[in-house]
Amino acid sequence: MEASILQKSPLDGLAVPHCFFGFFDAFRDFWYNVLRRLSMGQFPQLGILAWELGKAGSHRSQKGTLMAGLSDTLRGDIQPRMELFSGRRARRARETLQGYLFILPATIILLLFHFLPVFYAFYISLHKWFIVKGDYVGLANYTRALTTDRFWNSLKVTLWYVVGTVPIQLLLALVIAYLLFQKIRGKEGLRMVYFLPYVTSTVASGAVFAKMFNPTFGPINKALDAIGLPVLRWMKEPRGIFTVMGEMWGINVPFGGPSVALVTVMFFVIWFWVGYDATIFLAGLGAIPYELYEAAKIDGAGRWQLFRYITIPLLSPTTFFLSLIAIIGSFKAFNHVFIMAAASATEIGGPLRTTTTASILIYNNAFGTPTFGYASAMSFLLFVLILIVSMLQNYIGSKQVHYV
Amino acid sequence: MSVKAATAKPVRLRIQPGRAFIYLFLIIGASIAIFPFFWMVLTSLKTQTEVARGAFWPEQFRWYNYLEAWSEAEWGPYFDHSGRWIPGYFLNTLFIAACTVTANLFTNVLAAYAFARIRFPGKNVIFFAFLATMMIPSEVTIIPNFLLVSKLGWVNNYLGLIVPWTASVFYIFLLRQFFMGIPNELYDAALIDGCGHLRFLIQIVLPLSKAALVTVVLLSFIGSWNSFLWPLIVARDVALYPIQVGLRSFITEMGNEVQLMMAAATFVIVPVLVLYFFTQKQFTEGIATTGLKG
Repeated sequence: MEASILQKSPLDGLAVPHCFFGFFDAFRDFWYNVLRRLSMGQFPQLGILAWELGKAGSHRSQKGTLMAGLSDTLRGDIQPRMELFSGRRARRARETLQGYLFILPATIILLLFHFLPVFYAFYISLHKWFIVKGDYVGLANYTRALTTDRFWNSLKVTLWYVVGTVPIQLLLALVIAYLLFQKIRGKEGLRMVYFLPYVTSTVASGAVFAKMFNPTFGPINKALDAIGLPVLRWMKEPRGIFTVMGEMWGINVPFGGPSVALVTVMFFVIWFWVGYDATIFLAGLGAIPYELYEAAKIDGAGRWQLFRYITIPLLSPTTFFLSLIAIIGSFKAFNHVFIMAAASATEIGGPLRTTTTASILIYNNAFGTPTFGYASAMSFLLFVLILIVSMLQNYIGSKQVHYV
Repeated sequence: MSVKAATAKPVRLRIQPGRAFIYLFLIIGASIAIFPFFWMVLTSLKTQTEVARGAFWPEQFRWYNYLEAWSEAEWGPYFDHSGRWIPGYFLNTLFIAACTVTANLFTNVLAAYAFARIRFPGKNVIFFAFLATMMIPSEVTIIPNFLLVSKLGWVNNYLGLIVPWTASVFYIFLLRQFFMGIPNELYDAALIDGCGHLRFLIQIVLPLSKAALVTVVLLSFIGSWNSFLWPLIVARDVALYPIQVGLRSFITEMGNEVQLMMAAATFVIVPVLVLYFFTQKQFTEGIATTGLKG
């Protein structure tokens, strides 16, 4: 019944060569037939549906394309039984099946490698698993993680990492985005330069940073020395930054803070992310209606007031999004921490575990000493923590974020 | 929402000293952003004694370092002792990236189209489940994935490096947003003319979505080029190393030969920088779209 309409289609003349569709027809018809043959016995309805689908694609195969013959051969001896499936119902059923077929490849990959592994990881975490599966131990891996200093130490390091990178990075990015948003020359070029760090591999740029902060020949220490400031041992220095600074000026600081090595990593993180954050802030700034500024200016608002009472509140969804990304990213920080330690010839997560972030600890326990069960338990704890943080942020966000 | 919109409505500034300050601030910031690259290239042209002395500028540009860095590790194709052809780090990465990008286009375009256009039961639930997988940190999935891949015999195999990354919720989301922007009337008209979903997708939607497709190709290519942790675990054999894992072993092996290390870092970074330089518009717009709507 549809065939008569299908015969003539103005879309036929468009760019893609016709034989291309001949191939598709043949391919589709083949699979529908396989499906039909397989299912006729048990699921006659499905079989008929498959036949319907095959038929729907057949109108083009009468046009003498390259693959049409093959397509017809494959269709073979099927008898039409269209009275069972017709009109809207058939179209709806076909659409449904098509929808599932379209998402099938992506679903298989995502299920296999992103979704089901979560459950498998939980299963692993309940066992002693030294490369191969061992005894069932219940929640012992979790209690072990929660009672060791190393786990809490890694959370402390991660917390410092968040505190030391996220606010500074967002503030700098906001200022840069705001300035780039003004009417200035060369903003395209500047924006490109700011974004550069984000596209580079963290392995290469992390190594460059490690060498720049080298205590003996690195340019940072040379510069500090040249302007008369004391030099630091950077990636080799496990003592807290406040302790070291206090010592320099002869003050006794009771509070160590993050190690100097971790501060070095933070420099890298800020350098890496500021351009990305600024790009997203710029898009956010562009979305603020200009009329609001106009109206406020007529009411006599100064530039600072415009910034404080229009830009900041209306940018809050962007700020919220970026802080969420940055905090979750901190929990997952791995590549640059790993490579900066490697390029400075300190142990991974060193010196003295002061750069052992949560994911470095998990990596060390999973692939350093292969205790998969224990590492999985820790990764699950981290997952729960990330969920809590995101929900907390969502809760705060729902109260603080303003939408246009 | 696009970056372009950001340039359209500037807030006007009148005071000139303020303007000078803006330029100063932005230029200092940009210099900090670019300094590590500058220092990297400069160091790659020094002699080892210059590096050890901490000289900022090399007396003579020593381009030979690049040749030396290249020949010190398996960057390019070579024959191993048994006469087997080994592609080397660069070709490995190009091969893995090409496969990953192609497969990503195939799976993600189909899924994104289904989520944007096709009506089927459970669509919203499935899409939500897809989005939920973005919340899962890779630390949780990496161990089970490694076990799965080793059970399949894909450790030390290209399949293990490629297959887990052949679909991405991020790109599905990006493409879906784009496909949803294509007017419904277009589909209705095509439907009356007897056009099915697959045909509509290929003949109408894809030609209209070139910008989004280019963004997906770019982002997945650079993602594949820069990926490190997974290949570090799965590629055990040097013959299979992609570029980042190769660079990492080069860094640990070279120890004090900083100039060679920097030369290697340069030729690992430069292809991506060149790519970014020519396509930065698509790139930043892709980031801004997904970033803001994610």
